[in-house]
Amino acid sequence: MTLTFEDLPPGRLGTFGPRRVTREEILAFAAEFDPQPMHLDEAAAQRSMLKGLSGSGWHLCSIMMRMMFDGFIGRTASLGSPGVNEVRWLAPLRPGDDLMLEADVVEARVSKSRPETGIVTFKCTARNASGQALCEMISPIIVMRRASGGSAQEAS
Amino acid sequence: MFFFEDFALGQRREIGSFTFTAETIKIFAAQYDPQRFHLDEEEGRKSLFGGLAASGWHVGSVCMKLLVADGQRQTREALARGEEVATLGPSPGFRELRWIKPVLAGDTISFASELASLRSSESRPAWGIIEARNTGTNQRGELVFSIIAIAFVPRRKPA
Repeated sequence: MTLTFEDLPPGRLGTFGPRRVTREEILAFAAEFDPQPMHLDEAAAQRSMLKGLSGSGWHLCSIMMRMMFDGFIGRTASLGSPGVNEVRWLAPLRPGDDLMLEADVVEARVSKSRPETGIVTFKCTARNASGQALCEMISPIIVMRRASGGSAQEAS
Repeated sequence: MFFFEDFALGQRREIGSFTFTAETIKIFAAQYDPQRFHLDEEEGRKSLFGGLAASGWHVGSVCMKLLVADGQRQTREALARGEEVATLGPSPGFRELRWIKPVLAGDTISFASELASLRSSESRPAWGIIEARNTGTNQRGELVFSIIAIAFVPRRKPA
């Protein structure tokens, strides 16, 4: 069943994962998008503030996007997102981490400019296997409403 | 260079441009954001985006890629002049990321970075915190991407 605006009231939506992040994946993403020594080179990473090899924050956000997709966005009548209010990188992503993603709806409102849609704002937290929060993200997504002109099926 | 004391409010740099081909859009999307409008031209045309659109995370990651490349270029030039170069610290996050217009297959986005704020780190006296407003503009001059990025930078002298 496709999730619509009505299926996403404020509160805990779910916890998704685990998603294993390998060293190879961290190095490959960093080589393409964020080739700073702290993401690529073990010795340089040891000398950095993060004290060891860590994944790019953009890699972590991209993995969180994928976990959101696999968890709920893939079956939601989503029309896309206008942006991200805030991202906080709280602790380094390490090779071998098994990530869990907590997703909460913090606000759900009907769009004024497109009343057949709603704007659902999520707070997502990625945690490692010991429960430490690595990243918090607050971001809105535009979602079709069920009880309006177009059905969810048409939107998906 | 790249010490806290070297940065000045309002400093602006053009940091480079990148062409988002259909192939790179689909490769990124298949891994990290496999929504239909990021993977298929026809689905993209039917969506609000009006064409095969890059994942917003792809656009942000490309901005990071160009920032790092620009920093490496500036580092090489400073070292050639015999200057001391600081290693930038990690970023505690970002805010106000706006995907203002879709980035469609074939678009070339030019990115720029402007220093928006400078402050001391209360918890880490050897470091300062800078905020930059990074933007992306397409080949038609339309602003498509904007973000307030935050980074720790080392001080020459602790505060």
